[in-house]
Amino acid sequence: MDWRQLWEICSAPDNVPIVGLIPLLCFYIYLAWKQAHANDQLIAQLEGDAALAKTHHRKTWPFKPGWQKEVHVWPFLLRIEFLAAIIVTIILMVWSITLNAPLEEPANPNLTMNPAKAPWYFLGLQEMLVYFDPWIAGVVMPTMIIVGLMVIPYIDTNPLGSGYYTWKQRKFSIGTFLFGFIILWVAMIIIGTFIRGPGWQWFWPGQTWDHNRLIYEVNRDLPDIFGITSNMAKALFGAIVVGGYYLLGGFLVYSLFRRYMAKDFKRMSLLQFSITQFLLLTMVALPLKMGLRLLWHIKYVWITPWFNV
Amino acid sequence: MADENNGKNGKVGLVDRVKDDIQAMKVDIPAKAKEQIEGLKDPTKTQVYTSIFRHKHDDTPRNRALGVLSNVFLHLHPAKINRDAVRYSYTWGMGGITFFLFIILTYTGVLLMFYYHPSKVQAFRDVLYLEHDVPFGKILRNMHRWAAHLMVIGVWLHMFRVFLTGSYKKPREFNWNIGVLLLVFTLLLSFTGYLLPDDQLGFWAVTVGTNMARATPLLGHEGPFGSMLGMTPYNDVRFGLLGGSIVDANALLRSYIWHCIGIPIVASILMIVHFWRVRKDGGISGPAPVMLEAEADKQRRGPKAAGE
Repeated sequence: MDWRQLWEICSAPDNVPIVGLIPLLCFYIYLAWKQAHANDQLIAQLEGDAALAKTHHRKTWPFKPGWQKEVHVWPFLLRIEFLAAIIVTIILMVWSITLNAPLEEPANPNLTMNPAKAPWYFLGLQEMLVYFDPWIAGVVMPTMIIVGLMVIPYIDTNPLGSGYYTWKQRKFSIGTFLFGFIILWVAMIIIGTFIRGPGWQWFWPGQTWDHNRLIYEVNRDLPDIFGITSNMAKALFGAIVVGGYYLLGGFLVYSLFRRYMAKDFKRMSLLQFSITQFLLLTMVALPLKMGLRLLWHIKYVWITPWFNV
Repeated sequence: MADENNGKNGKVGLVDRVKDDIQAMKVDIPAKAKEQIEGLKDPTKTQVYTSIFRHKHDDTPRNRALGVLSNVFLHLHPAKINRDAVRYSYTWGMGGITFFLFIILTYTGVLLMFYYHPSKVQAFRDVLYLEHDVPFGKILRNMHRWAAHLMVIGVWLHMFRVFLTGSYKKPREFNWNIGVLLLVFTLLLSFTGYLLPDDQLGFWAVTVGTNMARATPLLGHEGPFGSMLGMTPYNDVRFGLLGGSIVDANALLRSYIWHCIGIPIVASILMIVHFWRVRKDGGISGPAPVMLEAEADKQRRGPKAAGE
């Protein structure tokens, strides 16, 4: 166990935000879960008691008929904003006094940094480079993430859970978002920051970064396993595998939706459903490809003269 | 008084006039001074004060509302909001904190610009100079850097909260989209700033980042179908980003201009739209009364009912 190495990684100034992000995320997930749980209990109670549902004010916080429903922004909101501004300023001041912004040697194109890491918020994308070619990891996937985020309001047809925390009313959408944000985005950033060392190799926390370490891994392509040799056949084979993934996966999504989310499926138009299917499958393709690589050393699934997937 | 004397004698000497004025002054000035002091006891009645503040400050509901509505910076807020909408456990306050950090970044950023030249010869030296010679230069740079990181985290947490409370749902779909664009611009702002110290860290981070651009399908020289469309290292999308085929002087200048002028302007415009739409879409989304399964397919609540 190399504690110095661990300390060096965790205390690198630009890694401090990620060290801070982890407890922050835990706290806010706990805060959200607590409220979602309380709301779900209230919903269950009201679902079972129609008379109460008519008279209840529908929030978990206390409310009595005589109370005012609205409060003045001045002072009740502005004082919170003012306090928040002061607290943020203090945190920032203390942070800036105690920790210096990093400054390395002058830029030198002849001396490559090893590991050369992108800023921490892009490390998830850099980590994806291990499993995908740059045109997917660096261009297509980021574009899909942005487009995917933007279409969320138009494909989520569930009218429940607007304006309050809940889990039971929105299991699918919240589950998907948590998977995408926590597992695929934040966890990949954490891997990229704390695990990846020289040569972008995997070093467990506390393992010494060995700049001379070499790993002999024989990566294969999926067509090789099936003994396909000609270029034409490889391209066709890959197209069938990728196409088959989307077709079979699409069918699986359909049958799961039909069975377990009948109401949402009924509300969705064909366009809404196909976009959901496509984005979902593309998102799941990332951990699947990671699994292919890590478990069976498979590099490419689809090989063509122009691009590889 | 002087007029009366004039009337009696018809002719008055200069000395008499002066004497008379002095007499009058002895009475006038203390009287006016007293008046002035009396006036200062209630400064809110002075012309200067009333020209600035258009309403009284007594603690009445009307004045509380006017305090927000008659102030250009505060009038983004409504006069009144739902009693639960101020609960921190619901809002997390991350949107406001992100905006506050943007203001800090603009402020520290402008100060940093006074000491920085975006040229290969001087950029790195300027940062050294800033760290060691400029009064408070070090804390200025530190604050700018850490506020930028905090802003990225703030945007993520804000988005997370908005998602978990389903606040992107009707009628706020469009504003969610503006928010996604703001997320992208926040990341780009941070990324373009990374190169500016012109050190190894920034240089290689930007090299790694922009190397991906050459793999852009169709538009990058190493991307699928790029070379077929005539893309080379000297005309593809990466060349456009860097102003060259390597990260060098032009890339530094480009990233400086995007960082200090281009993206802040675009982001500010989007922020204006974002804040304005928050109000127009019915204020903050909740905490709204919970909805039951049976009510789901009935008529949706309008922005008014769901919001304020």
